[in-house]
Amino acid sequence: MEAPTPGLAFEQPIYEIEVRLHELVRQTDAGPETQHEIRRLRRELAEVTRQVYEQLDPWQIVQVARHKDRPYTADYLSLVFEEFVELHGDRHFGDDRAVLAGFAKLDELQVMVIGHQKGRTYKERTACYFGCAHPEGYRKAMAKMRLAAKFHLPVITFIDTPGAYPGIGAEERGQAWVIAESMYEMSRLRTPILCVVIGEGGSGGALGIGVGDRIAMLQNAYYSVISPEGCAGILWKGHQHAEKAAHALRFTSRHLQQFGIVDQVIPEPLGGAHRDHHQMAARVKMYLNKTLRELLQTPLDQLLEARYEKFRQMGVFLESESPA
Amino acid sequence: MTVVRKKRGVPEGLWLRCPSCQSTLFRKVVDQRLGVCPECEHHFNVSAKERIRQVLDEGTFEEWDANVIPADPLKFADRKSYADRLVAEQKRTGLSDAAITGGGMIRARRVALGVTDSAFIMGSMGSVVGERLARLIERATRQQLPLIIISGSGGGARMHEGILSLMQMAKVSAALARYDRAGGLYVSVLTNPTMGGVAASFAALGDVVFAEPRALIGFAGPRTIQATIRIELPEGFQTSEFLLEHGYVDRIVPRDKLKSEIARTIDYCGK
Repeated sequence: MEAPTPGLAFEQPIYEIEVRLHELVRQTDAGPETQHEIRRLRRELAEVTRQVYEQLDPWQIVQVARHKDRPYTADYLSLVFEEFVELHGDRHFGDDRAVLAGFAKLDELQVMVIGHQKGRTYKERTACYFGCAHPEGYRKAMAKMRLAAKFHLPVITFIDTPGAYPGIGAEERGQAWVIAESMYEMSRLRTPILCVVIGEGGSGGALGIGVGDRIAMLQNAYYSVISPEGCAGILWKGHQHAEKAAHALRFTSRHLQQFGIVDQVIPEPLGGAHRDHHQMAARVKMYLNKTLRELLQTPLDQLLEARYEKFRQMGVFLESESPA
Repeated sequence: MTVVRKKRGVPEGLWLRCPSCQSTLFRKVVDQRLGVCPECEHHFNVSAKERIRQVLDEGTFEEWDANVIPADPLKFADRKSYADRLVAEQKRTGLSDAAITGGGMIRARRVALGVTDSAFIMGSMGSVVGERLARLIERATRQQLPLIIISGSGGGARMHEGILSLMQMAKVSAALARYDRAGGLYVSVLTNPTMGGVAASFAALGDVVFAEPRALIGFAGPRTIQATIRIELPEGFQTSEFLLEHGYVDRIVPRDKLKSEIARTIDYCGK
């Protein structure tokens, strides 16, 4: 057993039990009493983890969604798919490391996978700007989606970004234009599209690869019009109010399902996806397999009509009987 | 008569100060020039209603979907509740939300027109703006009308309606994709300011994209960029001229030429 490391602040009760458990397990001459205590602590650990994770508030969910050990697109690529053949480049400017794309095999089913990538090590993280894509990332995604449609491969997207990159080069190369064009093209792309929000669904940067036939979301992911920090900066005049903004924005998977934005919430393993990549990947795989098969059985024209209607119905407003 | 929306700190009345060249201007002269400074050609913000008067032939505008009005699905409250904010903005601007849509004539050519007003919660797009625009686009598709959308929105997607606002970007873009497939002509006019989720959806998707001179247009706000990269932003960054130079805008069109430029484009595209 590896030595436990302190996690997020609210995970402190979990960490404390982990430390006690670790000390007992390390004892080589453990008698029956110790064995009994170990079993008791294991039960307590599961119970406390369940209690803590059962009642996460929106701000805690943001912490979990951003957890440094949370599985990223690259993890799902290796744990869910039999094979991944990476395809680079946007044919215009470069190869954005914040977006991974390529052919993949979901069991025997051939698909195109596109996802944001945040990077695990510091070097990886800086290379992909912590998952913030530049215009070339969205252009790469679009190019590979067109390729997929041409050869009848369904598209799976993994959404996990704080937002599209805000910088000089990004503006010079048309960040607004590429995000708009992505949604425009995805809304009419002639192949099934399945989108999964695996961590952070950061605004337009997320939606830029987020228009599809089905939208799923992991239990502790969030998907928002703006980051809680950004919202707090504008409406509360200070980033320190991010927690308040997190509550106000109603961006958890539960809320999004209520609003009819998300079709399916994929439950996370006990204590969050970061505690068990394999189990999380297995659940994602099960969802993808089941849903893709459904989509592939639907005639394409019917699918495109339903995709249009899905987004067309989004929004909440009042409508008076007679024109005002 | 043209009414220039008063800017903060500018005294009401006969005179106003140009924020660009600091000249003191006779309001009537500015009004006669459609809200453009006679000294430096600074384009003042104009209201959506005023914009419609400037662009359409007199008396031809027929508003559509005015009965679609905002709700408060998140029960959102920051330092002020969204419900109260809506009422205050409605009172202050005389609008029910940030977009007006409808039909009318431009030099005797029938068009579908949408205008967003940057005065109403920063011209941001919530469910009502998204719904009115989607209906406008669908109607233009059915009736085979040229579509003109004039954007003025510093706010992008409206935070107070959360994810529902974000999804309006996809909804409106999808409607435009269908309009495009049906062969419709869409002229997008970018005015000061056009940012965030508005820039990154319908504003960017014109077959022809016009911008008013020196408008601020972009995805991320300059302050956000500055806070991220911590270097001085170049002179003229995110202006209409900057976007023209980088290939994202077809023409920079001064306000007094907008109507005739739209009419000419419609004729070239045979609509």
